[in-house]
Amino acid sequence: MKPTEPTPAPDAPVLVDCRDLCFGYGKAFVLEDVNFCIHRGESLCVIGPNGGGKSTLVKLILGLIEPARGSLQVLGRTPRKAQRAMGYVPQAMRFDAQFPISALDIVLMGRLDRLVIGSFSRKCRAAALEALDEVGMADFSRRPFSDLSGGERQRVMIARALACEPELLLLDEPTANIDLSVEAQLMETLCALRRKLTILMVTHDLDLVSSLGDSVLCVNHRVHRHSLPLSGDTIKEIYSSRRRIEHDRRSRHIEGDHSACDHD
Amino acid sequence: MTDFLEALETVPLIRYSLIAGIVSSLTFGVVGSLVVTRRIAYIAAAIAHSILGGIGASIYYSRVYDLPWLTPMIGAIIAGLLSAAVIGWVSLKCGEREDTIIGAIWAFGMTVGLLFIHYAPGKSVNLESFIFGNILLTSRSDVVATFVLGAIVLLLVILFYHKLVAVCFDEEFARLRGVSSSAYYLLLLAITAMSVVLMVRIAGIILSLALIVLPAATASHFSRKLWVIMIVSIVITMICNAGGLAFSYELDIPTGPFIVLLAVAIYSGSFFVKRLRS
Repeated sequence: MKPTEPTPAPDAPVLVDCRDLCFGYGKAFVLEDVNFCIHRGESLCVIGPNGGGKSTLVKLILGLIEPARGSLQVLGRTPRKAQRAMGYVPQAMRFDAQFPISALDIVLMGRLDRLVIGSFSRKCRAAALEALDEVGMADFSRRPFSDLSGGERQRVMIARALACEPELLLLDEPTANIDLSVEAQLMETLCALRRKLTILMVTHDLDLVSSLGDSVLCVNHRVHRHSLPLSGDTIKEIYSSRRRIEHDRRSRHIEGDHSACDHD
Repeated sequence: MTDFLEALETVPLIRYSLIAGIVSSLTFGVVGSLVVTRRIAYIAAAIAHSILGGIGASIYYSRVYDLPWLTPMIGAIIAGLLSAAVIGWVSLKCGEREDTIIGAIWAFGMTVGLLFIHYAPGKSVNLESFIFGNILLTSRSDVVATFVLGAIVLLLVILFYHKLVAVCFDEEFARLRGVSSSAYYLLLLAITAMSVVLMVRIAGIILSLALIVLPAATASHFSRKLWVIMIVSIVITMICNAGGLAFSYELDIPTGPFIVLLAVAIYSGSFFVKRLRS
């Protein structure tokens, strides 16, 4: 499948700028010498083996954790200061399925930064309903979370991220644990969002990569950028458990690239 | 039942405990629903037991240094808030296993309480009344304290309802929306502590746990909306408190255990009804 939208012009403003970043939970670095940038309007897929640092990279961009070395800027600010401009869709398995809450109440959480005390304003409720409508879930607003299917829950989570009115949308494995028919619907939703948002999506789903990504960030201790479509060799290499430095030479990716669109 | 209604008019103690029971039902229903939803019943248990430390210390110091204002209730509030803060802080910041801390606070609080009570001068302290509750100890000032504490807890929950729920559901996302998740988690533990203190007079430390967990668990069998669960558990707690008080008076049996028996019966009933339905 070909990308549905053209790659944005290389002169589009930089939204995320990551230079020489290192991060580790203990003594060893999970991510090392990471250089990449994301331009406005781009749709970027993050792939790589488990434990390679994909979710860690997302958490760094979100400002939930701080880099040990190097710099990371989102919209020209520190990630923490840019948090309001980001919408985040976490991995689905994290949630307590029995939690007594309606779809609309979950989406309203995207407006928490506009709430001081008491209940949400009419404007916030309208925005939340609009976000639900955008993912095709308007009729489900009063339904309890526990009644929803996996795909419906995931779309509610995307609506919650949209209710933040983000400039950058980050998704962590949105299609994990979802059956194929639902995945097609979800893909449609994401394709529509792609036209108006900058998207960074962690996924294992190579179908999703080829239909949604402008390019691919391969995260496996280090980060490399690849153009699409990916060759079989490249995929094999990305998912090999060894951390390869010579990876660079063989797949002609662009490490430390700040022009973003200069793909092979 | 006429005996109980007569006693309500003539014996202030019975009146006080009924009022205290009904007022604290409001707080228990609301806070219990949050505790059950967030699955922190064991933290509530640890806080409840650690309260004995505060009760013991307040009895000891009020007798040794002649401080009449230092009532067991004040000691209980301080100890409850303190252990809520320690459990919350350690599990948030130090990465220590939560269950270890819960066990430590649980035992430490009780131990401190037992030691203080052992060394307290003057007449011997009826330990049982704190552990299992004693309705005959409810005084006018207890009723006032119940009102004040209950009002504080309810006000906090109403003002911060959406943020508390968001932190319970997805702490990380709430943090990304500028909500201080740690502060609201600590607030949740603090209001849990205050609610447990409210019920200690009537049901005692151990039995009050049943009242914080069972009505909310019963209500969650029948609804998947948090505010409905809160209202239903308020009603169930009121039925348990008032019913337990009335029947135990009529039958001349201890009140605390009877209240808990009622709560367990309602919970088991709802459990079987739910099973039969599905």
